[in-house]
Amino acid sequence: MDETVAEFFKRTILKIPMTEMMTILKAWDFLSEKQLQNVNFQQRKESLVQDLVLLCEKRASVHDAALLDIVCEDIDLFDMEQFKSSFKKILQRALKNVMVSFRDAEENAVWIRIAWGTQYRKPNQYKPVYVVYYSQTPYAFTSSCPLRSNIPLLGQALTVASNHHKIVKMDLRSRYLDSLKAIVFKQYNQTFETYNSTTPLQEKSLELDIHMDSRIIHENRIEKERVQRVTQETFGDYSQPRLEFAQYKLETKFKSDFNGDILAERKEPLRCLIKFSSPHLLEALKSLAPAGIADAPLSPLLTCIPNKGMNYFKIKDK
Amino acid sequence: MSVLRPLDKQPGLNTATILLVGTEDALLQQLADAMLKEDCASELKIHLARSLPLPSDVNRPRIDLIMFVVNLHSKYSLQNVEESLRHVDATFFLGKVGFLAMGAGQESHCSIHRNTVTKLANTYRSPVFFCDLEREGFRATVAQRLVRMLQICAGHVPGVSALNLLSLLRNSENPAPEDL
Repeated sequence: MDETVAEFFKRTILKIPMTEMMTILKAWDFLSEKQLQNVNFQQRKESLVQDLVLLCEKRASVHDAALLDIVCEDIDLFDMEQFKSSFKKILQRALKNVMVSFRDAEENAVWIRIAWGTQYRKPNQYKPVYVVYYSQTPYAFTSSCPLRSNIPLLGQALTVASNHHKIVKMDLRSRYLDSLKAIVFKQYNQTFETYNSTTPLQEKSLELDIHMDSRIIHENRIEKERVQRVTQETFGDYSQPRLEFAQYKLETKFKSDFNGDILAERKEPLRCLIKFSSPHLLEALKSLAPAGIADAPLSPLLTCIPNKGMNYFKIKDK
Repeated sequence: MSVLRPLDKQPGLNTATILLVGTEDALLQQLADAMLKEDCASELKIHLARSLPLPSDVNRPRIDLIMFVVNLHSKYSLQNVEESLRHVDATFFLGKVGFLAMGAGQESHCSIHRNTVTKLANTYRSPVFFCDLEREGFRATVAQRLVRMLQICAGHVPGVSALNLLSLLRNSENPAPEDL
C-alpha cells in the first residue's frame, strides 16, 4: 500500500468515535467477521487504528478507503428512537407525574410535548411546554415554561438524551419558529429569486420618476440615496426574520461631561432597561433611516441582532 | 452662500416657491402632493429638504416661504429644525417662515411638549400650526392653508403682504411676548 493511502486510512479510521467503530466497520463490509473478531477493540484508539491499518494494508486500495469515508458520513450516528426513550426516561425518573409525547416532523426534527405534574398532582394538560429538536443540529427550540423550576431538568434531559455535554440558553426569543430557525441556521440572507442584477435598479428609478411631479424638488437627493445604500448594505434586500422584541439591560456607570455631576460620582453602576417592541422589529429598524427617524448607519447594537442570534443583551462597563 | 435670504433673487413670473424642511421625508412628500392638488392660480414649486443648509451648487428659484416641520414624537426632528434655523437670515422671519408641529393628538407618544414648539415659534416671531399630516383629510386642510399663505408670501394676493398676514395671525393666535 502506498504511504499516502495508508495515511488516508489511518486518518479516516481515527475520525470514527469508538462507540460507533464496530457498526461502521461492519457496514463497510471490507474486513470479514473473522478478521474483526481477531481485533482487540478494548485497546487504546491509536493502537486499534494501527492494527486495523495493518489488516487493510494487503488488499485495500484508495477506493476502499474512500468507501469507508462515505460509510462514516452516511451512517446516521444519531438514533431518533434512542433519543426519545432516553429523554422520556430522564424526565420520568426525576418527576413522577410527567407526560411526554413525541411527533416526528420534517428535516430530522422531533416535536416534544411535555405536560408537567408534581408529586401529588397529575400532569397539567393545559400548560404544556413544547420543544422542537433538530437532530442534525445542536439546536432545540422551546416554548416558555410556566414552571421555572423545571427548566434545568428539561435542559439536562435534552443534553443527555442527545449525547451532548452541556446546554446553553441563547438570548434569542420570538413567537415565530420559522424566524428563529432562519436566524439560528443562518438562512435569512438568501434571496430566492435569481435575476439579472442590473434590471431591477433601472425599474426602481423609473418608478420614482413617474410618481414625482417636476414641481417637487428634493434638495437632499444625494443624502437620500446614501441612506438607501447604507440601509441596503446593512439589511440586504431579503425580508427580515420576524422578532417582536429587543431588550437591552444596561449596567453602566453614568458618564457626564460636567465636572461634579452628582450622578457621575456614584460608585455603583446605574441599572436601566430599554425595550424595543414591534409587530416586526427588524423591518421596523430597517425603515428607520429611510423614514428620517434615525441617522444611517444605525447603531451596531441594533443591526447585529440576526448576525449574533441575540435579541436580549446585557451591557456592562468593561 | 449657506444662509437663505428672502430677496436675493428675482422672482419667477407667477411662480411661488415653498421650502419644506423636516426629517420625515415620506410625510413631506405626501404634503407636497396634497398642496399640488389644490386649485391655485400661481405656479407652485415645492422644495423638500431634510435640513439646512441646502446644497450650494444648485440653481434654485427664490424661496417665498419656509415651513419647518417638527414631529412631536421625535426629539430628533426638533433638534434638526433648531440646527437648520441658524442658516436662515433674520429678514426671512418677517412673515415668510412658519412652523408645522405634528403628532400632538397622540399625547402618549409625544416626547416634545407642545409648548416647546410654541416657544420656539415665538422666539422667531413666526406662526405655528398644529396638524396631523398622517390622515388625508387633515393633510388636505393643512395643504390648503399653506397654499394660501404661500400665495400671499409670494406677493400674488393684491393688498396683503407677508407682514400683514403675520400680524393678523399673531394677534389672534400667538400674541407676541410683549403683548402678554
